[in-house]
Amino acid sequence: MADNVAGSPLLEVDDLRTTFTIPAGDVKAVRGVSFSLEQGRTLGIVGESGSGKTVLARSIMRLNLGSNVTTTGTAAFNGSDVLTRSPGEMRELWGTEMAMVFQDPMTSLNPLVRVQRQVTEHLCRHLNLNRAEARQAAVDLLREVRIPDPETRLRSFPHELSGGMRQRVCIAVALACEPSLLFADEPTTALDVTVQHQILNLLSREQTDREMAMVLVTHDLGVVAGRTDDTMVMYAGTVVEHAPTASLFADMRHPYSEALMRSIPRTSLPSHTRLAAITGRPPDLIDPPSGCAFSPRCPYVQDQCVNEEPPLVETDDPAHRLACWTPVGSPEARAAFEKNLAAGLQQAVAVDISAAPSSTGGVDG
Amino acid sequence: MAGTGKAHLRTGEDVLVSVEDLVVEFPCGRGRTVKAVSGISFDIRSGETLGLVGESGCGKSTTGRAIIQLPRPTSGSVVFRGVDLADLSDEEIRQRRTHIQMIFQDPISSLNPRRTVGEIVAEPLRVWGPSDADEQKAIVDRMLDAVGVDPDAARDKRPHEFSGGQCQRISIARSLVVGPDLLICDEPVSALDVSVQAQILNLLEDLKAEYGLTMVFIAHDLAVVKNISDRVAVMYLGKLCEVAGPDTLYAEAAHPYTDLLLGSVPKPDPTVEIDESLVDDGELPSPINPPSGCRFRTRCDRATDVCSAEEPKMRAVDDEHFVACHHPLVAVAG
Repeated sequence: MADNVAGSPLLEVDDLRTTFTIPAGDVKAVRGVSFSLEQGRTLGIVGESGSGKTVLARSIMRLNLGSNVTTTGTAAFNGSDVLTRSPGEMRELWGTEMAMVFQDPMTSLNPLVRVQRQVTEHLCRHLNLNRAEARQAAVDLLREVRIPDPETRLRSFPHELSGGMRQRVCIAVALACEPSLLFADEPTTALDVTVQHQILNLLSREQTDREMAMVLVTHDLGVVAGRTDDTMVMYAGTVVEHAPTASLFADMRHPYSEALMRSIPRTSLPSHTRLAAITGRPPDLIDPPSGCAFSPRCPYVQDQCVNEEPPLVETDDPAHRLACWTPVGSPEARAAFEKNLAAGLQQAVAVDISAAPSSTGGVDG
Repeated sequence: MAGTGKAHLRTGEDVLVSVEDLVVEFPCGRGRTVKAVSGISFDIRSGETLGLVGESGCGKSTTGRAIIQLPRPTSGSVVFRGVDLADLSDEEIRQRRTHIQMIFQDPISSLNPRRTVGEIVAEPLRVWGPSDADEQKAIVDRMLDAVGVDPDAARDKRPHEFSGGQCQRISIARSLVVGPDLLICDEPVSALDVSVQAQILNLLEDLKAEYGLTMVFIAHDLAVVKNISDRVAVMYLGKLCEVAGPDTLYAEAAHPYTDLLLGSVPKPDPTVEIDESLVDDGELPSPINPPSGCRFRTRCDRATDVCSAEEPKMRAVDDEHFVACHHPLVAVAG
């Protein structure tokens, strides 16, 4: 895979595959993902439910528990592979080197334990602070994540806090031992829009201040747009497009990225704008389709897409990687679209009645 | 915000539902009450989609449920086709529920897991529809087909065999099978993926045109509400802040709270500068003991003494745009 800049990356993932064995067969949740992340950078991972974005993050964190999970490939963190470490060795990394903020702040905190112990638990373990020092550190942390009246809040139970406050506590817990890599897995999906804005501001401020690398997993293109350096679009367990966020949004090349973008309602569009829904459903990961996994739903599908899986390769811009035979805006894509439309293919018709496909794949305001 | 007042109400024969001074309170022990909805008024014209938008806990779902008297509001009137539902007996309400139907946020838990899809969609017909089984089946099939579910494949399956989007289609079919005039949609797309969300929004628009529905669309996502609504009402802590047509509201918000909400929406465009200063770190105050005067004043940077002393009334910005604020962001006469 391509490294965009010199210097050794903090995290280098190569051909990571995670499979869950269930009675119905092997669910191939992550099917060969490679990327690298430099110190202090933010990577957004976007995709629908079931695209493997959460499983990918949890695989690198080694949080996929159970005997039915198989993870292969490598995930080198600071040069050493985390996938081969023992649980004991992972415990030394969790909190101090890599930490995670989860989607649901209610279930990720222990309901029977006061905030103080949840925040100080790994301060005591990893930094060898005594109780008084740990308490002071916890107060400072809560203040840093802007929880009003932190001394009182330390004595609260999670149910006494609002959703936004709970997520702030979770962030404080994750940041306590100054990790160099933070995974934020849909950190704002369960929250209101105003609280979401606050939490995202908090995360990006902490990320900048601490020069921490961050992986922001979300289904919302709006969340990654202003807040990440790079964006990776995932579909059916594979990366379909990976580019610097600005160039991805300026020039979406993969039909799936384009379709995601078109299907979201935006406040900049007039009321009653017809949305271009993505027809069909995400594929069955027990028996994924041959060729490109998006081909059954793609308006630009042609024979090659069904027969051959497109590799993730550099485009004319080396930082912009793409896995597609008919990138959006290419003459082949236009020809394929015309052909599919003439053949009455459902997905092409759905795009046609909503809006003519843009020739550049560019994105309006 | 706080807005009381009825300047935004319309007159005319095409008003299907008119809600005035709606109050819903829930006792919560020790003599206290949760003031979920505190005197709001609005109306819906026939064929119109009213979007109700606000943060969790602002009373938008309670308002939607109060329209179908589930539970009955503490006070206030809900006039549907000229009849105040609050005056009717339980049996009379039951009769009218065929005209007002509801779809819920979580499509999977709102369908009975032990019944087949055919039974679920036929249930309202068993109570209200033709007694002939073949006729019922024909209506069910037609309705499933209209919402994009293949009746032959779906009829004998149970809800767990379907995805969230399919389940939401089935619950839409169930609500439309009795031919309602008014459909209350309580966060119908919040639990769905973006691509499925677009399918359901398009479906609701199509069904609205086909069956001449009037809708109340409750959601916290401002972009979704803008897409589907003909008129949008912004709620905060049991009160209405602002009422306007969607394009006006989003272009020139008059209420500071609307402005805060709009500024918080993540824009899928990296060239848009993120306004870090805009959002306070404030939270919704308790509805048990709401602030005096304008309820939004504790989070509002334009608040002055008058905001805590006096509750603002709905005032007209123009014919179609109303705001309840002492210091609106656009000029308001009188």
